[in-house]
Amino acid sequence: MHYPSTNRPARKLHRFHGGLHLPDNKAQSNGRPVEPAALPKQLTIPLQQHIGEVAHPLVSVGDRVLKGQMIARAQGYISAPVHASSSGTVIEIGEQPVPHPSGLSSPCIVIETDGLDEWVELPEPVVHFAQLDPSELRERIRNAGIVGMGGAAFPTSVKVTPGPETWIKTLVLNGAECEPFITCDDMLMREQADRVLAGVAILQHLLEPEQTLIGIEDNKPEAIAAMNAALETGGLSNTEVVPIPTLYPSGGEKQLIRILTGKEVPSHGIPAQIGIVCHNVGTAAAIADAVLENKPLISRYVTIAGEGIKEPRNLEVLIGTPASSLIGQAGGYTDAASKLILGGPMMGFTLHTDNVPITKAANCLLAASEAESPNPGPASPCIRCGQCAAACPARLLPQQMYWYAKAKDLEKAQEYNLFDCIECGCCSHVCPSHIPLVQYFRFAKMESWAREQEKRKSEHARKRHEARVARLERLEAERKARLSKKKAGLKKKTAAKKAGGEAKDPKKAAIEAAMKRAAEKKAKLAEEGVAPKNVEELTEAQQKQIDQADKRRAEAAEDTKQATQEPEDA
Amino acid sequence: MQFQTLTSPHTERPNSISITMLWVTIALVPGIAAMLWYFGWGILVSILLAVVTAIGCEALAMKLRGRPALPAISDLSAVVTALLFAIAVPPLLPWWLTVLGMAFAILLVKHMYGGIGYNPFNPAMAAYVLLLISYPTDMISWLPPDMLNEHPLTLGQVLSIKFAGIYPQGLGIDALTMATPLDEMRTQLDLNQTLSEIKQSPLWGNFGGRGWECVGNWYLLGGLILLYKRIISWHIPVAMLGAMLVLATFFHVLDQDAFPTGMFHIFTGATLLGAFFIATDPVTASTTKKGQLIYGAGIGAIVYVIRTWGGYPDAVAFAVLLMNLAAPTIDYYTQPQVFGHRSGSNE
Repeated sequence: MHYPSTNRPARKLHRFHGGLHLPDNKAQSNGRPVEPAALPKQLTIPLQQHIGEVAHPLVSVGDRVLKGQMIARAQGYISAPVHASSSGTVIEIGEQPVPHPSGLSSPCIVIETDGLDEWVELPEPVVHFAQLDPSELRERIRNAGIVGMGGAAFPTSVKVTPGPETWIKTLVLNGAECEPFITCDDMLMREQADRVLAGVAILQHLLEPEQTLIGIEDNKPEAIAAMNAALETGGLSNTEVVPIPTLYPSGGEKQLIRILTGKEVPSHGIPAQIGIVCHNVGTAAAIADAVLENKPLISRYVTIAGEGIKEPRNLEVLIGTPASSLIGQAGGYTDAASKLILGGPMMGFTLHTDNVPITKAANCLLAASEAESPNPGPASPCIRCGQCAAACPARLLPQQMYWYAKAKDLEKAQEYNLFDCIECGCCSHVCPSHIPLVQYFRFAKMESWAREQEKRKSEHARKRHEARVARLERLEAERKARLSKKKAGLKKKTAAKKAGGEAKDPKKAAIEAAMKRAAEKKAKLAEEGVAPKNVEELTEAQQKQIDQADKRRAEAAEDTKQATQEPEDA
Repeated sequence: MQFQTLTSPHTERPNSISITMLWVTIALVPGIAAMLWYFGWGILVSILLAVVTAIGCEALAMKLRGRPALPAISDLSAVVTALLFAIAVPPLLPWWLTVLGMAFAILLVKHMYGGIGYNPFNPAMAAYVLLLISYPTDMISWLPPDMLNEHPLTLGQVLSIKFAGIYPQGLGIDALTMATPLDEMRTQLDLNQTLSEIKQSPLWGNFGGRGWECVGNWYLLGGLILLYKRIISWHIPVAMLGAMLVLATFFHVLDQDAFPTGMFHIFTGATLLGAFFIATDPVTASTTKKGQLIYGAGIGAIVYVIRTWGGYPDAVAFAVLLMNLAAPTIDYYTQPQVFGHRSGSNE
C-alpha cells in the first residue's frame, strides 16, 4: 500500500536548536558514477572496526583465506566479526597503523592478495527472507560483521535486537549525510536505491515498526528522486522518503529523530527507549547483502574529495584497502593538499599519513587545501559572546563547559551536561576566539572516564582492604574468645578440684583404682603362692619390654599430673 | 606523504574577535557622525584622545603582563572601549580626564582582572562612573545641540579649551554649556512644572531633546546593523527598551503631568546607545538567552528608577554596572534545558 510521493501531504518537520549552514562542497565528488576500487596488493584488516570488544583472530600467518571468509570472530555480545575482503595469504597478524585520532597502531590481519578474488563457498541465497525466523536473520547480520556505517560503527546486530519489552514504533533511515564534502550515501541512494530498500524491508521484518521514515537532506534531490522511484516499485508499506532542510548536524542520530518525529532521545538514553531505531542507509544496504546473498560486510562506498585530490570521486572499496591506493585512483594529490582528513571537515580527524586502511566506518577521505581547512591559529581568550550556545544543537552552554574543562573542574563540567555533547563541532566553528572547544570537551570526557575508572578501582581496593581488616579482626576476636573460654573452663576445673579437696580426676581415679585392684590381686596371689604363668621364666627381651612399658606408664602419669597443674601458672 | 594533524572541525572559521569589534566600530559610525554634527569638534578630539590612550594602555598592560601586545591591540576591543567612553563624556571634557578615564578603564577595570574576556565590569562605563562621581561638574557640562547653540566653537577653540583650559574671550564654561534634556526635565519637574508647561521650551523635539533624539536614531540604526550581522542578539536591547517603555508608560498613565512618556525616555540620554552598544558587551553581560532578557530588563528598570527618583539625571552606566554584578548569578539560574533532558517531551 503506497501512494505517489507527489500526492502525499507534507510531513510536519521539527527543528533542533542551533545548527549551521555550511558550504556543502558536495558537487566536487558526486559527479562521477561509483566504480570499484582496484584490488590492492595487501589488505590490512583491523580487528577492531567497531564499538565493543575486539574480534579474535581465527587464522594464522601462512593460512590461505578466501574472499568473504571470517578471519576473526566476535567476542562478546557487543562485538563484530571481520572477514577477508579478497582471497590471498595471511602474511602477518599484529600491530599496524590504523585510522584513529590517536595515531596509534592496533592489531590487524594483513593479507597478501592473490588476484583471484576467489569467494568462499556461500550458502544458498535467500529470496523469501520473511519466511525465515527473525532470530536466524539476526544471526546472519551478526555473522556478516555489520556495523553502523554512518561513522559510529556500533554493531548492527545489537540494534536489530530491541529486547522483549521494547516496541519499535518508528524506523528511521539516515540518509541525511549532513557533513560537507561527503557524498557516499548520496551516491549509494542514487545508484543502489533498491538495495537500500531491500535492507529496509528486512529491518521492517525484524523490528515491525508502524512507520518507516527515510530522512534525506534536500541538497540531494537526485537521491530523493531515486529513493522515491524505488519506493514506488518496491511495495514497502508505511514507508516514506522525507526531504529535510539542509542544516548541519541534521544527520546526527538524535537530531534526525527530532526533525522527523519531534521526539528527543533522553539524555544518556538510546532511541529504542522512545520506540525509535535509526540506521544509516549504507547499513541497510549491507543488511540486504548479508541476508539475501549471505555476503559479509567486506566493502563500502568511500568519498575521496577535497581540493587536494585531482579527481574527487566515490569508489567502492574493499575493507582493508590502504588509503594511499584510493588516492592514487582518484588521480593523486594536487599541490594544494595540506591536510588528510578521515570523515568530514566537522567531525573527521586528521591522518598524519595515508598509509592506513579503510575500515567499515570510513566514509570519506578528504585531502583539504589550506583554503578549505585553514589553520585557525592560536586561540584568544573567550569573550563570552555566546555564539557557541546559539549554535549548539544540544542546547548546551559550551562556554561554561569550556571554563570548567579548562580548570579541570570535571564535576562542574558534568553539571553543565558535558556528556550530552555530541562533538559536532558547531561551537568551535563559530567561536570568534578560535578556541578548540570540542577538543576541550573530548579531553574532559576522557579525563572524567579515567577518573571514574580510577575512583572505581580505588573504591574496590578500599573495600577489599576494609574486608581484610574486618576478617583479621574477626579472626583475632574469635581466637581470643576461644582462649578465654578455655581459660575459664580450666579455672572452673581447678576451682572445683580445690573445692572438692580429695575429688580426683575420674580417669586418674579409675587408673588408680585399677592399679590398686591389680596390686591387691597380685598380693593375694602371692599369698596363695600362685604366680601368673606368663611372668615366670621371662626371657631377657621380654623383661626389658615390660620394664619399658612400666617406665612409659610412670612417665604418662607424671605428664598428666603436670598438665593439670600447668594452667594455674599460665 | 606526511600531513599536519589538528583537531576538528577543519573548517574556515567565519568569526574572529577583530571582525566582531570592527563591526561594532562600523555600527557606531552613524551615531558618532550625528554627534559630530550636533555637538561639534569636541567629540572627535575626545575620540582620538581616548583611542590613542586606550591603545597605549593596552600595550603597556600586555607588556607588564609579559604577553605579546600586538594580538591584544589588533583585536580592537580597546578601540571600542575608547569609542564608547568618548561619546559618553561631554565634548569639552578636559584632556586629562579622558586620559585618566581610559587609563582606569584599560589598566584597572580590564587588565587587573585578566584582560579581554575576564573583566566583570564594562570598562567604559566604570571609567564614566569614576569620573562622574569624582568630577561631577566637568561631567555634566554638555554643549547644547547645534540648532540651540549660540556660540559654535571652532576646532582651535575646542582644542584650547580641552588642552589648556582657555576659553574664548568673554565666554565661560557656563555660557558655553547647558543642561542636558534629562537634567532639564528633572529640574523643571522638581520645580513642580507640569509636563505640558515644560514642553513649551524650544529645547524639546518630538520625543526627547532636540538634536539628542536624532543622535538616538542613528545609534538605533547602528544597533540594527549589529542585529543584522548577528554580532548581538535582540534579547538585551529589546528587554531593556521594553522594561523602560512599560515602566514609563505605566507611570505616565498614572500621572500625565509628572511622568514623561516612554518615548521620551527611549530617545533621550544614553538609552539607545546603551541598549545596543553598552548593555550588549558580551564579556560583562549575561550569556544565556533567558538571562539576557532578565539582564536587559534589569538595566531598563534601574535606568528608569534612577532617572525618575534617583540622584542622577541619567543612569545607563550605573544600571549596566549593577547588572554586571548580577550577570554570573543570572546565568547560573537561567541555564537552557539541554537536549533530551525535558521531562515528558516525548509524550
